[in-house]
Amino acid sequence: MAVSAKTLDKTEYFYGHKACAGCGGSLAVRVALKVLGQNAVAVIPAGCMSAVGFNYPQLCFGNNAIISTFAGTASMLTGVEAGLRAQGITDFHAVGFAGDGGTADIGLQALSGAIDRNDDILYICYDNEAYMNTGIQKSSLTPFGAKTTTTPAGKNIHGNLKQKKNMFEIVAAHGIPYAATASVGYINDFMRKVEKAKNIKGTKYIHVLAPCPTGWGIKTDETVESAKEVVDCGLWYLAEFENGEFTLNHRPKEFTPVENYLKTQSRFRHLTEEDIEIIKRSRDAKWEYINKNFN
Amino acid sequence: MKPYLRDKVPTSFEEIPDNTAYEAGYLVTKNAGWRNVRPVIDTTRCIGCLNCYLYCPDGVIFEKDGKVSIDYDFCKGCGICSRICKLGAIRMEAEK
Amino acid sequence: MAKQVLSGNEAFAYGVRLARPQVVSAYPITPQTIVVEKLSEFVEDGSLKSEFIHVESEHSALSCAMGASSVGARAFTATSSQGLLYMAECLPYAAGGRFPIVMMNANRSTALPWNIYGDQRDSLSQLDSGWIQAYAENAQEALDLALMSFYIAEHKKVSTPFMANLDGFILTHTYEVVDIPTQEQADEFLPKFETENKMSLTEPKNLGFSAGPDTNIFFKYKEHVGILNAKEAIDEAERKFEKIFGRSYTGLTESYKTEDAEYILVTLGSISGLVKEIVDKLREKGEKVGLLRIRYMRPFPNEEIAKALKNAKSAAVLEKDISFGNEGAVYTNVNSALQKAGINIPVSNYIGGLGGRNISAEEIESIFDDLKTEESAVRFIGIGGEADGSQRKNA
Repeated sequence: MAVSAKTLDKTEYFYGHKACAGCGGSLAVRVALKVLGQNAVAVIPAGCMSAVGFNYPQLCFGNNAIISTFAGTASMLTGVEAGLRAQGITDFHAVGFAGDGGTADIGLQALSGAIDRNDDILYICYDNEAYMNTGIQKSSLTPFGAKTTTTPAGKNIHGNLKQKKNMFEIVAAHGIPYAATASVGYINDFMRKVEKAKNIKGTKYIHVLAPCPTGWGIKTDETVESAKEVVDCGLWYLAEFENGEFTLNHRPKEFTPVENYLKTQSRFRHLTEEDIEIIKRSRDAKWEYINKNFN
Repeated sequence: MKPYLRDKVPTSFEEIPDNTAYEAGYLVTKNAGWRNVRPVIDTTRCIGCLNCYLYCPDGVIFEKDGKVSIDYDFCKGCGICSRICKLGAIRMEAEK
Repeated sequence: MAKQVLSGNEAFAYGVRLARPQVVSAYPITPQTIVVEKLSEFVEDGSLKSEFIHVESEHSALSCAMGASSVGARAFTATSSQGLLYMAECLPYAAGGRFPIVMMNANRSTALPWNIYGDQRDSLSQLDSGWIQAYAENAQEALDLALMSFYIAEHKKVSTPFMANLDGFILTHTYEVVDIPTQEQADEFLPKFETENKMSLTEPKNLGFSAGPDTNIFFKYKEHVGILNAKEAIDEAERKFEKIFGRSYTGLTESYKTEDAEYILVTLGSISGLVKEIVDKLREKGEKVGLLRIRYMRPFPNEEIAKALKNAKSAAVLEKDISFGNEGAVYTNVNSALQKAGINIPVSNYIGGLGGRNISAEEIESIFDDLKTEESAVRFIGIGGEADGSQRKNA
């Protein structure tokens, strides 16, 4: 039976945490743990989720969980998995939850090593598109045009000038058994992917877009809508990589206006029509690539 | 196991562990004070679809008698549940 | 027991095999590489049942070992020099988490300038990381230390990671006849690794948490007490070791003819072998000289040093290290031990062997000669330089 609200484990494993109200990252962690269940052994690097979940004596994970070094999510996961297996324990799921900075920047080397070894771990990147825990600095997953505290929007430079790093395809290029993109705006799709990953041997990677109301400048109740809108307007996509092939899971019939997505967020409010044109062009180029290469 | 509130706050020298390992899901503080607004369920409209439960970042909404209920000790009042409810069964009310 | 001709690295690898680590994370760096190569051969030939993980960096090597230890598995890794510095973030992490990982470090110079040869600046720069630090003199001690290190690190009152240091090339690559204990003896010596400091499926835990200003110092104090307790665990391990294997060790330090010595040279690591020869030679001439070898830099042998040096007329510390802008770190530590014990004798610092430069028998003899002047000085040996930057007279 497909995992849904009705069939999902009723137990909460991430509870009482101090994440900002409306935090998309905490939603991704909470739901993934409910899919994985009690025997998830979680590794979370220094970052938002560890900062809000592990303040002794307020410990918010109901399952086994440990904070790793910022760069060490994947390598610690490797050790956790190997250590349990070496003791003859097999009934567990080693899962990592790292943000965009912890994954695409400082943790990329260790992640690449783990995928290369095909360690039996699930790595979930909750992507809120900047270093939120330190106060909204640009990461390599910050999208073009976004204002962060290290990419200010002024007269000369309109926020971040770089395109978002393509983590999904970088990971896929390793020949990983399973990789997927997801969004907390399409939570059923995300749950299905976690469920699928749970039953695959080897390294699994899920990249879930998870809005941060604080860093994006949206209202706390707009998290889920923004995460849905970004898919509907084509700036993010839901896909899987399996057996060497890419599959698109959701094809919007017609893109909703990019402006609607951008204009609700204060990080994009400064964008000019030219800037938005650049965003649209890169979206269209991406979809041209997807249409050509994805099933 | 769901993390839950405990009576004991182990912060003295004798009570803290010798290492950085402690019982999972040990809570000593609530989050209720964060709220400016609180979600209120209209049980006449709620059909128990559990969408609000699914999308709650804090996991404070739970199924109760075919409808839903809220753990106000840990609800931060973000309002996602209210926005997500297609039936308008959750309204946000100002905290007094 | 079986005798074999082994290098220091190989001897250490044999010692590790006897300890049956469940997870070995390996990354190559000269001059440590042979240890992980040897362990991979043991895994291949079936004599070591261990998860052998080819990590992609030293940072991951220790991070992986921490992951394994965090679920209660015995973990080993090895490194050297730049590798030790690259994993430096993980050192206090492992110590603060009280993960009793064992790591061999092949002592090597640190860049710049690049240099692959032995000095002790790498490990001594990490004295404050919370790890037990031992320094082996020869290949036999390296093997024995490998086995004992797990006993000490995993001791319930200690639960602290252990860094076993071998001088790069001089010890890691020099072949000696080494006695290899049997697996049965090793199993009798080393208990199974058991800890409550772990994530377990039956008793879930949250590990590696934050602790704010109110409780942080409590955790740090307990960590300090843990490493201090290693002294007792080392004693316990060595007594048990002697009973089973017949070889004895002497705790945090080794005193060589210090009892009636007027002039004592304090040093650590493989150079001690040569110093012992010089002590013997000078003793034959009727000179009352001795050697105090520091075996453990952490926990630091404050009492042992004070006891060994209290009747000396003067002493010198010979080390392959310099804390730039001051003096050798070992010297600073030794002086602190003496000051606390109220021992007021002249103590000099001889800094040598940097980047693998040879320390000759003549140079050691000349240190003993200098000791007779009963003055304190900090000197770089072999280049005639005083540590204050001025040139030394009669260099």
